[in-house]
Amino acid sequence: MQGRRRRELGIQALLAAALLAALWWLLDVTAGNMAERGIRSGFDFLRDPAGFAIGESLLPFDSADSTWWALAAGLANTLRVALPAILASTLLGTLIGLGRLSPNLLLRGLCAGYVETLRNIPLLLQLLAWYFVVTDLLPPASAALQLGPHVFLSKSGLALPWPGGDGGLLDLPLRGEFGIVGGAALTPEFLALLLGLSLYTAAYVAETVRGGIQSVPRGQSDAALALGMTRLQMFRLVLLPQALRSIIPPLTNQHLSLTKNASLAVAIGYPDLVSVANTTLNQTGRAAECIALIMAVYLMLSLLTAWLSAWLERRTGRWVERS
Amino acid sequence: MNLPNVAPNWPAAIALLVLSLQFPAAHAGKTLDQIRQRGQLVCGVSTGVIGFSAADSQGRWNGLDVDVCRAIAAAVLNDANKVKYVPLNAQQRFTALQSGEVDLLSRNTTWTLTRDASLGLHFTAVTYYDGQGFLVPKKLKLGSARQLKNAEICVQSGTTTEKNLSDYFKAQGIKIKPVVFEKFEASIKAFFSGRCQAYTTDASALAFIRSKEAPKPDDYVVLPELISKEPLGPVVRRGDDEWFAIVKWVIFALIEAEEYGVTQANLEQMKAGSDPAIQRLLGSAEDSGKLLGLEREWAARAVKAVGNYGELFQRNVGSASPLKLPRGLNALWNKGGLMYAPPIR
Amino acid sequence: MSRIAASRDWLRRNLFSDVFSGLTSLVLVAGALYWLPGVIEWMLLQAVFAADASACQAVNHGGACWGVVAEKYRFILFGRYPHAEQWRPLLATGILLLTIVASGLRLLGRGGLLVAWTLALPLCFILMRGGCCGLSPVASDQWGGLPLTLLLATMGMLLAFPLALLVALGRLSDLPLLRGLCVLYVELVRGVPLISVLFLASFLFPIILPQGFSIDVLLRVQAGIVLFAAAYLSETIRGGLQAVPRGQHDAAAALGLGRWQSLRWIILPQALRAVIPSIMNSAVSVFKDTSLVTVVSLFDLTGALSLALAGDAEWRPYYLEGYLFIGLIYWIGCYAMSRFSQSLERGTGLGQPSA
Repeated sequence: MQGRRRRELGIQALLAAALLAALWWLLDVTAGNMAERGIRSGFDFLRDPAGFAIGESLLPFDSADSTWWALAAGLANTLRVALPAILASTLLGTLIGLGRLSPNLLLRGLCAGYVETLRNIPLLLQLLAWYFVVTDLLPPASAALQLGPHVFLSKSGLALPWPGGDGGLLDLPLRGEFGIVGGAALTPEFLALLLGLSLYTAAYVAETVRGGIQSVPRGQSDAALALGMTRLQMFRLVLLPQALRSIIPPLTNQHLSLTKNASLAVAIGYPDLVSVANTTLNQTGRAAECIALIMAVYLMLSLLTAWLSAWLERRTGRWVERS
Repeated sequence: MNLPNVAPNWPAAIALLVLSLQFPAAHAGKTLDQIRQRGQLVCGVSTGVIGFSAADSQGRWNGLDVDVCRAIAAAVLNDANKVKYVPLNAQQRFTALQSGEVDLLSRNTTWTLTRDASLGLHFTAVTYYDGQGFLVPKKLKLGSARQLKNAEICVQSGTTTEKNLSDYFKAQGIKIKPVVFEKFEASIKAFFSGRCQAYTTDASALAFIRSKEAPKPDDYVVLPELISKEPLGPVVRRGDDEWFAIVKWVIFALIEAEEYGVTQANLEQMKAGSDPAIQRLLGSAEDSGKLLGLEREWAARAVKAVGNYGELFQRNVGSASPLKLPRGLNALWNKGGLMYAPPIR
Repeated sequence: MSRIAASRDWLRRNLFSDVFSGLTSLVLVAGALYWLPGVIEWMLLQAVFAADASACQAVNHGGACWGVVAEKYRFILFGRYPHAEQWRPLLATGILLLTIVASGLRLLGRGGLLVAWTLALPLCFILMRGGCCGLSPVASDQWGGLPLTLLLATMGMLLAFPLALLVALGRLSDLPLLRGLCVLYVELVRGVPLISVLFLASFLFPIILPQGFSIDVLLRVQAGIVLFAAAYLSETIRGGLQAVPRGQHDAAAALGLGRWQSLRWIILPQALRAVIPSIMNSAVSVFKDTSLVTVVSLFDLTGALSLALAGDAEWRPYYLEGYLFIGLIYWIGCYAMSRFSQSLERGTGLGQPSA
């Protein structure tokens, strides 16, 4: 036993030495390369003015603002599309997942068809297709469709009345020189990304929900019905609490991958974090720093989600015990 | 429990790993020696900008930037075809040059202070003076870029274009909404589908986009304003002054050849002529190549391969090309343009 | 029971079991009657199948323009590969698909499988790359379309698997340092989007490498895909390893098998068997994920399509048809793989811990 312990220690020491050597070598080569070629490094560029504009932003942003604020605006844009998409995909996915368990053959078939189609086509392709549909089939901004009072839909997106604005309580969209001016505008990039992410993730959520419900032994629902519960009561009081326990962990995973998938925004011109970081990379040439920033932010989001998910699991655990 | 038969391999494997890590970094010699040794110039070009660098369906590259590579290959290796083209997108281009993946970046790249001073690169000489302009649909009846208030403008990311756009309209006090795309194809597609009211990029590319990409070229106009200076030229890595000089002077030789009227066709006659400046340029009088570490006829070979700067311009982007761009700023200095080569002597 | 009664019974059970179900059926049938004719009209009746741009313009999106596929299919399928040499990527694609299908249907024994793969992959590379055997060399930046997608996905899976296996074993190792490293790698990669890994591979690898040492961008991106896929795959394999009952370890030890022997002969076969369906899911993901390489300027199926249509104003309005076409190709691949994994799960008792 003593020998084994010593050997393990030896192996680990060697491993650590190899690792340090590799790291040292990597840093040495990189630093050497950069010094020899006069490449600047460091994060000082974050304080410089960004110098480029961002098409749409939740945070007030101007090209004279600093680069880090530009990246923050990018992150805000990522969350701006990811959070509604999480909500929409969870709702739609739950409905479809339940639909797949319906006694009705048509509904079951439709939901199965939805899942099998959406899951088996790359998300990027779906996003590109949605974007093409939104920008190509809608009328140009100068001839926007009016869906209601002060609600316009066109190639330039969906314009809605929004609180605030210069004058009164509501900022109303109006027809301007090139199209719609004022109000809150949801751009086609945003709409396509929201639509694509929600529909794609809904297929995965549906499978998660279906799997979760099927994981509850059949005897449970039979017993509940035998006790005289209605189908709704059985579902709410017996099936759901048990199913949730196996649904929630994979569900948070789906939400996390939705947030990561939002990075595909770069392909359709929505200024999310990756897109803004990519522009920064081009303007400053600081490739390593920009990529490191993207990765760090996403890692943080992942940790945050993991933590939230654990908290949620504890909460539902308690709720299950109570009901 | 013990670790049979595999355990003794651990130290060996780690030793191997460490050994392989200490493998000496294959150190770059001088760029010129490397090129001679491999018998090939590695040239970074764009993934496809017609007139500058674009591959046809057979994979043959042509364009102004490509001809610069060919001229340098001719001067250095005496064979304009010994070039390997590496297509690079806007993000890849500087790292590819920095890392030594390419010897030369000839990819319509704008010379700016930040790039010259902080990316470990040297811009050599200007091969095309460009400026950023706007393409708009005719039906919007716009006469000036200043009328683009609140307009959405499609732009490709990874270029100096985004920054110019924001600078210009900020100076004018006009608000615009940029719609930024990662890829050229996507930005073009969005503009022609009517997503934006204007498209912006270098004027040379706008001419091409209007004539080749527009469903009906006559439905679109290029606005008169050029909002920026875009001097485009080849870039080399820092730390090799000899290579820097070679690239610079091959370009100057092409410009000088135009100035003295030396063309691909009359080269041999000119060699035999009596003008001392031409004699010097073509290596029939004194050996200017020696100073650059090249052979005596370096400039003559470059001109022989691609023609002088004027020929190169006309063939790729000028009147003999589909782009039909005017010489404008790119005419010789004595013809109202900016093309001026220091004397070869 | 008469046939009419039987079918009525079937209808009642499947479509009208209660009021809600009945209403759903009615709504769905009404919806189908309303939408389907338009879809069929667009897809088939009004569609233009010939590579005729003016005919497509004439129907003005009232019908699909499948002519765009007829006109551009070679560009979409093979990208910028030289036109005269396109039989080579075609053959390579065929060989690769055949090998994959043959492995899936288990037409070959274990030895045959090994031989087939060791022959097929180099053959594909020689065909694509050329430069020997009388084939003209074609640089990797001209590769594109379906063969590129297939190569990236296949090589991605094949190379990710051994790496994932090592990492999964590392995570279960007794050595805390090794375990920590593996955890770090897996969580790091799983926490970031693939696109950032591809950026890393495409822009950053060159600076990290020693000077004068350059790796083709295709290889760099392939490495990125392998590193990404391996992290996910290793979690799958770890799940399988942990699902093997403790008793199996003890039994193997009792039989006098050493740690590595028991791993090789007892634990791994059971663990891998249990997670074959999940591994297939990973393969589907990798296949779909290869579409992202278009963002770093490689022209795989998705990239080749935009390359084919963006440069041609005449055909640019028909992107949707192009997307549908390559969407179908992806769908067939993914659907076949997921059906295959389902059949394994059902047919052979895979996916359940063996008794």
